[in-house]
Amino acid sequence: MSDARSAAQLAERIARESYGRLVASLAARTRDLAAAEDALSEAFAAALRVWPQTGPPDNPEGWLFAAARRKLIDGARRAQTALAAQDALARAAEEIEAEMSAAALPDRRLGLLFACAHPAIDEGARTPLMLQTILGVSAERIAAAFLVEPAAMSQRLVRAKKRIRDAGISFEIPEPAAWPARIQAVQEAIYAAYTEGWSDAAGVDAARAGLTEEALWLARALAAHTPHDAESLGLLALFLHLEARRPARRDAQGRYQPLDRQDVSLWRKDWIEEAEALLLRAAALRRVGRFQLEAAIQSAHARRRHGDDPDWRAIAAFYAALIAISPSPVAQLNYCAAAARSEGPSAALTLLDEAADRFPVLGEYQPFWALRAHLCARTGANAAARAAFDQAIARERDPAVIAYLREQRAQVC
Amino acid sequence: MKYAILVYETADEFAERDDAAKRDAYWGAYSAYGALLQQSGVGTGQGAGLKPPHAATTVRVRGGARQVIDGPFADTKEQLGGFFIIDAPDLDAALAWAEKCPSATRGSVEVRPLLEM
Repeated sequence: MSDARSAAQLAERIARESYGRLVASLAARTRDLAAAEDALSEAFAAALRVWPQTGPPDNPEGWLFAAARRKLIDGARRAQTALAAQDALARAAEEIEAEMSAAALPDRRLGLLFACAHPAIDEGARTPLMLQTILGVSAERIAAAFLVEPAAMSQRLVRAKKRIRDAGISFEIPEPAAWPARIQAVQEAIYAAYTEGWSDAAGVDAARAGLTEEALWLARALAAHTPHDAESLGLLALFLHLEARRPARRDAQGRYQPLDRQDVSLWRKDWIEEAEALLLRAAALRRVGRFQLEAAIQSAHARRRHGDDPDWRAIAAFYAALIAISPSPVAQLNYCAAAARSEGPSAALTLLDEAADRFPVLGEYQPFWALRAHLCARTGANAAARAAFDQAIARERDPAVIAYLREQRAQVC
Repeated sequence: MKYAILVYETADEFAERDDAAKRDAYWGAYSAYGALLQQSGVGTGQGAGLKPPHAATTVRVRGGARQVIDGPFADTKEQLGGFFIIDAPDLDAALAWAEKCPSATRGSVEVRPLLEM
C-alpha cells in the first residue's frame, strides 16, 4: 500500500518537474502540442497503474517519455494520419531515443516558448499558451488570471495549438533578428509563472509548487541565450533577488516575516551578488525596462545585508518610473509604501487615497488595507487603523499572514 | 514542409506587366526571384503566373443550376497573380522567402502550408 502511495507521489513529482520538458520534446518534430499533452496524460495514468506493481523505473522521466511516445505513434496509426506525419513521428522517436541514451532528456522548453510567442499566433493566446504547455498551468487557472471565461480561454488555446501544428511553426530558438518581436511575450510568461508560484510562500498548493523554480530555470536559460537583451538580464536579476530571500520569508516557527523584519543572515548572498552583477551588465546596455526597474527596487532593499537602510527615496523614484512604463495597481501601492518611508505617513495616506481613486480594485486587495492600517496607526488614528486591519484580515487566505496581521492589530491600543 | 507562396498583386502591378516602360523591370524581378528559389534548393519548380483578374471567370452550381460570373471570386484591391510552391523546414523559413517576393513591398504575399497527402 505504501509502495502504491510512494509510486503515485513519484509520478506526481515527475509530472510537476518534467511536464514542460516532456511536452516540448514530444511535440518538437510533429509540432502537435495537443496530441503531446494527451499522450503525456495517458502515460501518467499508466505510470500510476504500473509503478505500484513493478516498482518505479530507474529513469522515470525516460519511462514516461517512452510511454507517451508510444501513445503518440499508436494515435497517429489509429487516426490513419498521413504517411508523412507517421514518418516524422518515427524519425523524431529515433532522434530522441539517441539523445535519451545520454541519460537526460534534451531541454527544448525555451524553443517552445519562442514558438508560442510567434507573431503568427493570436496575441491574446501567446502568454496563456506558454503557461499551459511549458508550465502545465490549467486552463481554468489561466482563465482566472486573465479574467476570461474558462470556455473562451480553452477555445483560444485549442486554436493556437492547431495553428502551431498546421502552419509549421518551428520549436527551434529563432535567429536574433526575430527576437525583438517575441522576447517580450516570453519574458512576460516567465514573470507570470514566477508570480503565480511566489504568492504561495507556504507551499500549500501542490499545483503551484515548482513554478518558481521552473521560472528561475527559464529565466537563466533565456539570459544565457539573449545576453544582450537588458530585460532578460533584469528578469533573472529580479528572480535571484527574490529567491535569495526565500529562506527568510518565514521564521523557524513558520511565522510570516515582512521584508523589513527578515533576518538578513538567512539571505543567499551568492544570489544577491549574482543579481547585482546582472543588473550592472543590463544597465550598460542602456535600455531600461520594467524588469530592470523591479530588480533595481529589490537591489535597493538588499542594502540591508550590509546593515544599511534601504534608500527609500530611490525606491519611490524606481516605482514612479515603473508606473510610467507599465501602470498597475500593485506598483501604485508599492509607490505609496515607499513614499511613506521617505515622505512620512500623512503624505502617504493622501497618495494612497489617490491610488484607490485611480484603481478601485485596490479595495479588494489585502496589502492595500494593511498599508492603510500601518499609516493610520503611525498618524495616531487608532480606530481607523484597527478597522483597516480587519479589512486586511478578511481578505487574506494564508494563515501565517493572518496571524501576523492579528499581532499587528493587537499592538494598536 | 511544402508551402504555397501566394502572390496578391495590386492593379498597378498587373498593369506593369504590359507597360512598355515597366515590363522589363517587372518580369526581371520575378525571373530573378524564381531563379533564387531554385538555386537555394527551396524551389520545387512548381508554381504558375496567372493572367490578370479581368481574365477570370467564376462558376457556381446552386440547386443544380450553373451560374457563371465574369471576374474573380472576390472583388478586392489585391488579386491573386501567381504562386510558387517551396519546400521549407518551417514557417519562419517560408516567411523569409515570402518576404523576398517582388510583390511583398507593394501587394501582399500569403504563405499557406500544402496538405500532406
